[in-house]
Amino acid sequence: EIDVLWSWKSGGCGEELLVCSRFIVAIGRNAAAFLSSFILDSVCWEVVGVVKLWNEWCRTSSTTNVLPTDSFCLFYRLISDPTVLLCQCSCYVAEDQQFQWLEKVFGSMQKKGLQVTILSTCPVADYKTQESTLTLASPFLKALKTKEFQDQVCCPLLEQPNIVRDLPAA
Amino acid sequence: MFIPCDRGGGSAAPDFKGFTLLMPAVSVGNVGQLAIDLVISTLDMTKVGYFYTDCLVPMVGNNPYATAEENSTELSINAEVYSLPSKKLVVLQIRSPFIKNKYRPFCETLLSWVKSSSCARVVLLSSSHAYQRDDEQLLGTPLRYLLTPDLEKAVGGHMQELNWKEMEKVAAYPGISDTDKVLHIPGGGITKLLFTESCSKGIQMAVLLKFCSEGDNIPDAFVLVNYLNEWLQLIKSDVSTSNNSTDPSSPWKIPSSWRLLFGNGLPPALF
Repeated sequence: EIDVLWSWKSGGCGEELLVCSRFIVAIGRNAAAFLSSFILDSVCWEVVGVVKLWNEWCRTSSTTNVLPTDSFCLFYRLISDPTVLLCQCSCYVAEDQQFQWLEKVFGSMQKKGLQVTILSTCPVADYKTQESTLTLASPFLKALKTKEFQDQVCCPLLEQPNIVRDLPAA
Repeated sequence: MFIPCDRGGGSAAPDFKGFTLLMPAVSVGNVGQLAIDLVISTLDMTKVGYFYTDCLVPMVGNNPYATAEENSTELSINAEVYSLPSKKLVVLQIRSPFIKNKYRPFCETLLSWVKSSSCARVVLLSSSHAYQRDDEQLLGTPLRYLLTPDLEKAVGGHMQELNWKEMEKVAAYPGISDTDKVLHIPGGGITKLLFTESCSKGIQMAVLLKFCSEGDNIPDAFVLVNYLNEWLQLIKSDVSTSNNSTDPSSPWKIPSSWRLLFGNGLPPALF
């Protein structure tokens, strides 16, 4: 199944929860690459966790020294503000693993006052709209937000009948 | 499993005592789910909560029953509960497929929720593969019903009056004439499991199903929801006096999320 290994839990006590104010999750190779190119660097961010899982499509390991072409799922923390957490998940999390991933990752965090941002990509061909997708200016951004999210959203909201599925939805 | 919505003002969890639970089976053509969409959309039902479950594939989107800009931004997920206290109706809508090996856990959790919330009865909308019908089933109505023994006592007579047809049992070993007859609902998803579990747990459950095939199942959904309406009388169906009396779809409101079911517009460069 799924194992989530955190760097601060090397001792016996597995009960402490990570205090987190912002959690950014990048799911899929494109989103993970975005974070690698624009956000992550070894000066400001440190690796604090890794997810070990395997399914028909990929297998991740507990090494944190990964190549961009590997399948991995790593957690980084901003050194200057340790409550900011980032997750790069370029491996595919199968349907029957998504719930467990969710419970184990969020189970390790204190959720009060936590703001979660999920970055993901979908093929334009899957986007349902009145016109043909051939004429759409792609790539474009759409968002979904919960009632509790009070800040400004930087792009239009996703219209029906479009939906999001798999891990970003979970 | 059931998480009530935060309605603010400190309102308590909704009470479903004595209510009828209406729910779909994820089955061939998704007819049950489409019919439930029609019920929720037409009766303008209020969302009262959702199921937090690992048995269904996750999905999320904006409000599928949105009628205007203002109400289109409420998030919607794979298993949500709506209610209409004036008709003592609570509806569960399921929007994604079941994960492998999760039929039984879901049925068990669902039925224990039904018992703990004291729902009076459960009505399951479902469908079955049309190509599996035998010669007799090919003739006549494609609609069938099933009742658990507890509900049979209560409404069996009413079904006779409505001239409804009960789902036939088939031979356990086709071709051999003197074998036991069993219930067989190909393409019905959790229908058979939920029905047999309800029988053994003494839950009053009715199954309403239609034989159909994959394709444009919107007409099937209308047929099924009108079938349901014959019994539960959820909406008035004026078949004789209204000006569009020949149109069976008129009283039901199609939700806005049914747009573009068959893909986007075509690129003009194609022509």
